[in-house]
Amino acid sequence: MNDGGLIAIFLQNLPVLVVVIPLLLAPVVAIITAPRLAWAISVAGVGGAFLAAILLQSITESIGRVTYHLGNWEPPWGIEFVVDSATSLTLVIMTGLAFFATLYARASLMSEIKHTDLGKCYAAWLLASGGLFGLVATGDAFNLFVFLEISALSSVILISMGAGADRRALSAGFNYLVIGAVGATFYVIGVGFVYAITGTLNIADLAARIADIGGGAALYAGFGFMIAGIMVKAAVFPVHIWLPAAYGYAPSAVSSLLAAIATKAALYVLARLLFTLFAGVPDITELAVTYVIVPLSLAGIFVGTVMAIYEKDIKLLLAHSSVAQIGYIALGFGLASSASVAASFVHIGNHALIKGGLFMAVGGFVAALGSRANLASFVGIGRRMPITATAFTVCGLSLAGLPLTAGFISKLYLVRAILAEGAYVITALVLLSSALSLIYLWKIIEVMWMQPAPAKAPNLAENPAIYVPLWIVALANIWFGVDASWLVAASRAAAAALLGGGL
Amino acid sequence: MMTPQTALLFGILAPLVVACLTPFLANRPVWSDAAGPIGGVLTFIAALHVALAVQAGETPRLFVAQIADGLAIDFAVTPLGAIFGLVASGLWIFAGLYSVGYMRGAKEKHQTRFAAFYAVAVHAAMAIAWSGNLLVLFIFYEILTFSTYPLVTHKESQAARDAGRLYMSILVGTSIVLLLPAVIWVWMVTGNLEFRSGGILADALDPKMAPVLLALFAFGVGKAALMPIHRWLPAAMVAPTPVSALLHAVAVVKAGVFTILTVVVYVFGIDFLSASGATTWLVWLASFTILSSSFVAITKDDIKARLAYSTISQLSYIVLGAAIASSVALQGAALHIVMHAAGKITLFFCAGAIYVQAHLTKISELDGQGREMPWVFAAFFIGALSIIGIPPAGGSWSKFMLMVGAVDSQLYFVLAVLGLSSLLNIYYLLEPLSRGFFRPKVKDVTIESHPLVVIPPVITALLSLALFFYVDLFADLASLMVAP
Repeated sequence: MNDGGLIAIFLQNLPVLVVVIPLLLAPVVAIITAPRLAWAISVAGVGGAFLAAILLQSITESIGRVTYHLGNWEPPWGIEFVVDSATSLTLVIMTGLAFFATLYARASLMSEIKHTDLGKCYAAWLLASGGLFGLVATGDAFNLFVFLEISALSSVILISMGAGADRRALSAGFNYLVIGAVGATFYVIGVGFVYAITGTLNIADLAARIADIGGGAALYAGFGFMIAGIMVKAAVFPVHIWLPAAYGYAPSAVSSLLAAIATKAALYVLARLLFTLFAGVPDITELAVTYVIVPLSLAGIFVGTVMAIYEKDIKLLLAHSSVAQIGYIALGFGLASSASVAASFVHIGNHALIKGGLFMAVGGFVAALGSRANLASFVGIGRRMPITATAFTVCGLSLAGLPLTAGFISKLYLVRAILAEGAYVITALVLLSSALSLIYLWKIIEVMWMQPAPAKAPNLAENPAIYVPLWIVALANIWFGVDASWLVAASRAAAAALLGGGL
Repeated sequence: MMTPQTALLFGILAPLVVACLTPFLANRPVWSDAAGPIGGVLTFIAALHVALAVQAGETPRLFVAQIADGLAIDFAVTPLGAIFGLVASGLWIFAGLYSVGYMRGAKEKHQTRFAAFYAVAVHAAMAIAWSGNLLVLFIFYEILTFSTYPLVTHKESQAARDAGRLYMSILVGTSIVLLLPAVIWVWMVTGNLEFRSGGILADALDPKMAPVLLALFAFGVGKAALMPIHRWLPAAMVAPTPVSALLHAVAVVKAGVFTILTVVVYVFGIDFLSASGATTWLVWLASFTILSSSFVAITKDDIKARLAYSTISQLSYIVLGAAIASSVALQGAALHIVMHAAGKITLFFCAGAIYVQAHLTKISELDGQGREMPWVFAAFFIGALSIIGIPPAGGSWSKFMLMVGAVDSQLYFVLAVLGLSSLLNIYYLLEPLSRGFFRPKVKDVTIESHPLVVIPPVITALLSLALFFYVDLFADLASLMVAP
């Protein structure tokens, strides 16, 4: 692609454009006081990243792998951005959902946070998005840590913005700050170990040298620290404890953004570490997946589900359910077969659609009710806000895995992948948890639709600026339930890229 | 002239169109009342068209969408599917009429939601009947469950919501935990899920695993109400009677036994299944369900509860036919889908008519009421005859074939089970009649006359009689089902 021309230059720079467009627009937005303009710039920024990701996806589909050398420094000395099929799929999913969350954010943020804070909020929003995209796109282990910190600090700001509606957002943000910092520190300690023994930070270079070294205490220590640190970020049980409050008390639009992209990025990094960086030391990665990741995923699935069953606050309930859903994705990575890793990618996409949509809908309810969404305020809300409630139900049924929704496709491929491994006990546990998840969903649906609204309940207005983006995501849940060919094929390619030695 | 393909598309879409139109007809009572029956007639014409094509040896097909490689949404009508499609659409005509009379007579609320989900449920039933592969069957099986939930919980009372929870947890729970892995298992070992005569598992599945897979299907299909997963059916009786009549005596439960028959005939294949000996336990379990639910039925005083347990017992006749897995028994089972549907919908219509006109729900309250509602009681009598299996009612054919099938397979204890069950049927289904006509009145009630709840049961009762004499189409389709 070296034959000059603006288009060629644009295409060559795609891997970095995904990251820098939102990051560079963040300081611009921070000084803008008109909320609508700040929002429009944010939409343009995340939308630009989305476009870049779509182009990257089509490029990786044809040529497989794209790299970008920051400042033209040759790797392994300079920072490299590497995009293969696994990266581009994750990026498309994340940027796409972030785009619709940004579209949706204006009306929802207006109703939930102070208007003077909106500029800062959009700046943090762009930093968090760009940081998370960078986490996925970078091919450098230390640069990854930088993006980890950028996204974490801006996420803390975003979460704490919920304090206008509920002061508990402050403690939720603080908890995330502390626990997230522990995770990031663990990761960077791990990077220190592997740097000490290999002398490089480029992930592809690291992978090759680690394979040569093949073992040793320092390498194992580095591995342990890095994996443990990223597991905190991915909210794998039992280091998920920051997640429920963070998603539960953040402004709804922020919950929607973070649920769709934050843990997904960390899960992707987890898979990269296991299957690319440490691919050369199969004994330790196999040990980790068999005795750590798979059991913890299963535990997370059940803990998240049971907590959700007993939760009465809708956003906290959805957050607990996220812990369980993260468990399914981590489980697929943990089983480490090409079918199971592909199933995890399918679920990364579908769960982003599901949870993104659900939190958007909750934001719609919160905006109309003017109070927190819980089971008591949801009584009979189906007939008072039919458009939002129907979209919530569609995404909810997708969460439960009703056929013809995206969630069903995830379940189909995950269960098949587990069965193919002959893991009958895990199959049974996954199916059982899936049936249990219906309980917490049904609790909400029953209250929404099957209980008459209290007498004298005022009519609630529905805002098109909220329900149009929401319905786009809700319809995507149906679309990807009926025609999953693209997602399944892209996930298979992603799994092949990840397991085939990768970078 | 409509091609069978067009008819297939039309038959699946017509109920869905009715469902989508319903909210817009809410302010036009005449049209909203007519939508159900008209939809029923149109769907039935399409179903008849499709069935005649199948009888002539064709397989109408319709491809809708490719979900992913190896997974498609497509429809292909098997002879068994043609039978179920005829039953579901044909009885919808009368149930649609009856619903109008019932919902007005009983002054139920939320009639629009009711009518819309009712039509969605019929749509799902038609799609199940004509599904071309196991995945499509599973998809619409779940949609049928979810679309009937608002109907079961219709009254929005605490009791209705509790029943709705039980309904969902058993039906969806079994389908996710047992049926879904069974479907995925078949997908994994065969690489496709298409229905083929002779089955697709013969060379793909280790015969030793056949009983396990069969068990996943038998218990995963909660709608077939095999004991011990039958509790949802009595719970569902909290729904308005038109739901109990069409859905919980015809569409939903028949979708369950239809699934089991389809799996036995078109997925396992009769030869593979009988060679593997996987069904012996199912013969015993079905026999147990037939008898024990009959005994439970005797103890029920509530008319609908008694009918529900009778349904559980009758459904196991069909499962029994599938479990015997011989050609004659399977034909009997397929015919029993038709016969029991016509008979049981009549009985439910009558129960609802008694409730709407006289506000009675218990059998002990029926003493002496026979003369007050002669048409209703006459229809109940004929419906009961068909369920018991006494000529000249249609039910005698299917019961006869099941018995022949049992003898063929030298399962003589099954003969005893069927005989004893008939005796029990006579006792508990004819009791309301003997009370109605031969006992003095215990309760003075004023009868409000609602012709729309009386005419449908009379028609379906006549239908039960007609099915004794004009059974050719169904018999042909049933024999095509088992033809190699």
